Amino acid sequence: MSTVAAAHDDHDHHHAPTGLKRWLFSTNHKDIGTLYLWFSFAMFLAGGFMAMIIRAELIEPGMQFVDPEFFNQMTTVHGLTMVFGAVMPGFVGLANWMIPLMIGAPDMALPRMNNWSFWILPFAFAILLSSVLLSAFGHGNPSAPNFGWTFYAPLSTKYGPASTDLFILSVHMMGISSIMGAINVIVTVFNLRAPGMTLMKMPLFVWTWLITAFLLIAVMPVLAGAVTMMLTDRHFGTSFFDAAGGGDPVLFQHVFWFFGHPEVYIMILPAFGIVSAIIPTFARKQLFGYASMVYATASIALLSFVVWAHHMFTVGMPLAGTLFFMYMTMLISVPTGVKVFNWVATMWRGSMTFELPMKWAITFVILFTCGGLSGLMLAITPVDFQYHDTYFVVAHFHYVLVSGAVFTMFAAAYYWLPKWSGVMPSKVLGELHFWNSLISVNLLFFPMHFVGLAGMPRRYADYALQFADYNFWISIGGFWFGLSQLFFLAVCLQCALKKGEKAEAKPWDGAEGLEWEVPSPAPFHTFDTPPVVK
Amino acid sequence: MQSTLFHRMAVGLTSLMISGLATASDWAERSDHNLRPGVTAVAQEIHGLHNTVLWIVSIIGLLVFGLILISVIRHRRSKHPTPATFHENIFLEVLWTIIPFIILIAMAVPATRVLIELDDTADSELTVKVTGYRWRWGYEYLTYQDDNDVGVSFISSLATPPEQYENPVLSGGLFPYGTAKDRVGAPSQDKDHNYMLEVDNPLVIPSGQKVRFLVTSDDVIHSFWIPDFGGKKDAIPGFVNETWALVPEGQEGTYYGQCAELCGKNHAFMPIEVKVVAQSEFQEWLAQKKEEAAAAPDLTPFESLDAAMEVGEKVYAGQCALCHGQNGEGGIGLAFAGSDFATKSEHLEEHIHVLLEGRNAMPAFKGQLTPKEIAAVVTYERNAWGNDTGDLIQPEDVHEEE
Repeated sequence: MSTVAAAHDDHDHHHAPTGLKRWLFSTNHKDIGTLYLWFSFAMFLAGGFMAMIIRAELIEPGMQFVDPEFFNQMTTVHGLTMVFGAVMPGFVGLANWMIPLMIGAPDMALPRMNNWSFWILPFAFAILLSSVLLSAFGHGNPSAPNFGWTFYAPLSTKYGPASTDLFILSVHMMGISSIMGAINVIVTVFNLRAPGMTLMKMPLFVWTWLITAFLLIAVMPVLAGAVTMMLTDRHFGTSFFDAAGGGDPVLFQHVFWFFGHPEVYIMILPAFGIVSAIIPTFARKQLFGYASMVYATASIALLSFVVWAHHMFTVGMPLAGTLFFMYMTMLISVPTGVKVFNWVATMWRGSMTFELPMKWAITFVILFTCGGLSGLMLAITPVDFQYHDTYFVVAHFHYVLVSGAVFTMFAAAYYWLPKWSGVMPSKVLGELHFWNSLISVNLLFFPMHFVGLAGMPRRYADYALQFADYNFWISIGGFWFGLSQLFFLAVCLQCALKKGEKAEAKPWDGAEGLEWEVPSPAPFHTFDTPPVVK
Repeated sequence: MQSTLFHRMAVGLTSLMISGLATASDWAERSDHNLRPGVTAVAQEIHGLHNTVLWIVSIIGLLVFGLILISVIRHRRSKHPTPATFHENIFLEVLWTIIPFIILIAMAVPATRVLIELDDTADSELTVKVTGYRWRWGYEYLTYQDDNDVGVSFISSLATPPEQYENPVLSGGLFPYGTAKDRVGAPSQDKDHNYMLEVDNPLVIPSGQKVRFLVTSDDVIHSFWIPDFGGKKDAIPGFVNETWALVPEGQEGTYYGQCAELCGKNHAFMPIEVKVVAQSEFQEWLAQKKEEAAAAPDLTPFESLDAAMEVGEKVYAGQCALCHGQNGEGGIGLAFAGSDFATKSEHLEEHIHVLLEGRNAMPAFKGQLTPKEIAAVVTYERNAWGNDTGDLIQPEDVHEEE
């Protein structure tokens, strides 16, 4: 590959910004990436705290801690915070940091827009979370959004609390932020690749993010449309979703899930990219089937536009429609399977070591496969009539989102923290974080399969007695998992404060890629002169 | 709290150990870890399909995890210091695209067959319209055999008393408890066996006859789900969805279900209870219900304000307190205590009217409560919690308003 003159960071063209202004007015992809990552982690803890309240209430039958109304607010805002606040910005943060480094670009293509797309987010979440604070300290009245993160009409329109308007505004802002972030990724990848970095030489993380960015641009406007229709239904006398005015509540679900299903892949495709970077590094063996990985990612993305109604099998669709969506959904497991097989084949006859990033990555492959297989079960429509809206679904999407998306972000953090901070993450804290998370996440989510199959509907503030035993253990797993994340907080602080063993430019001996050719920590400006990729 | 938690832990451990052995026959104990086998033919087919698919995915999973395990053990650096260099194999890649595809087809065929069977609502003998309300179910018997105008309807609400489920340990601040503040620290009642599942007026259907359910909603989306009947159907305002069940003869008994689509505050508190009875018994029950429905509404006036208040208090606790607060302090619904609406005489007619016809999120109670009950509850709302208007509303006033 190329050689990079480390001397570049010395002749800084700009005066080095410091203090608050460094962060507020930043146009530097690394600083903005850092902001995104800290924001994402803060939202992860906030959303996690709400999950703790949910699990506290569900630890035994009966209503002990919160009102069912407040319970619904918690499930709703937990979902919104995790999806839009933790997972999506987390991956945008990783994209900001890593895409320019991986393709040999000096920065993102549109740095000012980059700044804006981040700084919208804290305001969007201040608006959303203000309603929760008002609700929590105002004894449940006024209410925060309480209609589930899927905000089905008419529960969110005619019956929504006043704070629904805050929610709509904040979703609009998140959407603007996501679209700008996506445009930035696309423009950067298409225009700023180093000479010789052809598309089919790009690291898979860049590929998956490129495809994700197209998904974002395609579906975020659909979400914006859905919330705008809600807004006009609520205040301007339209009846998009109100049957009494000639509208259609099911239309809402079609529009929402036309956004919502690609959204699911927006949250997992970058994860595939991260794992495809880490496994070859620690197996010391080239990624198996690079081209088929790219094609599989693209097919998953395309298929994601024709499966949305599998979230709505019980709304009473015509038989032909139901069959179509069942077949398409089952089809998605083929390219997903290809990915899993490729990762296994990459490990096969490699020379593996199990540093922290690799531990998280292998855990991802196994637990994501669990989530994928329960996803295949959910695709079988007649059985979905039983599974739908039970804890089985909750188990499924937490397996793919927590032990899927979130675990790869941990993997990415342990993998690239040396590059970001210049110090190695603490092994002791990291191991504690990993093993506690691994055990507790399964205690937390695996029994959810059982209560779901046994018939416990999701979003239930209280439940029948036969679900009590598993729920107790699920709650214990929940608190354990929640507390385990404090180890990660300690790791992040340790690296941010630059305490610990100094990292080399390439701390992992099997790693490949341009990002390892700049020093650790990566200097403020990199690749002012593009490297040449051969 | 402490002792309950320890108790739970002990029970939890034991149950984890013996969960594979539990074979009790009633609903609450029959299954706590797997899909219920179901009672209708369709439900049993779904259960069979579930088992097949579960086996297939378990085998695929174990195969993949087995390969990973072997690789992790044998291809670690200490055992396998020189990595292989292969990174492509067209044959393998095509193979693991085609084999999953074939497995998928093998699963899709039986799934399609069950789906087509489920879709066939023709030739039913009984048709029941099921309406979701926030937060209760309404059942209306439309046709039975040759009778196309059965005209029997009733409302079915949770029968578990609040004393069993409201056990608050905190009374405000970050964990608002709302309506049950006054119960903080009160000893909690033992929970019934069918806690959160039992209702006041169960749905009654005959065995051995195909029953068609027309499912709809009066407000938000609910979902009508009885696991033993095989699957759920959403209740959507403005839509009528169809589903059906045929419980074989000899399987008479009580079956439970729950609302499966988030419908607001008391989503968890609107269970479904179905009594499946022999055909002769069903016909008897239906005849009796028809007789009751045909009788003219009871319009005998209340003798005194207290008599009306007594009835009204019960109706209020059962139907109104969920939204308007147990002490009329409001919540999702309007506050009554000290409000103009419940004290000023110019609002009296409107008060009765809103109860009958509904307004915005407030459901219409015309079909759910008798004129006598409506009169009593309006009287109660206008005299309780210091409202003391002295208004005594008689069933006749309500009947006129209708």
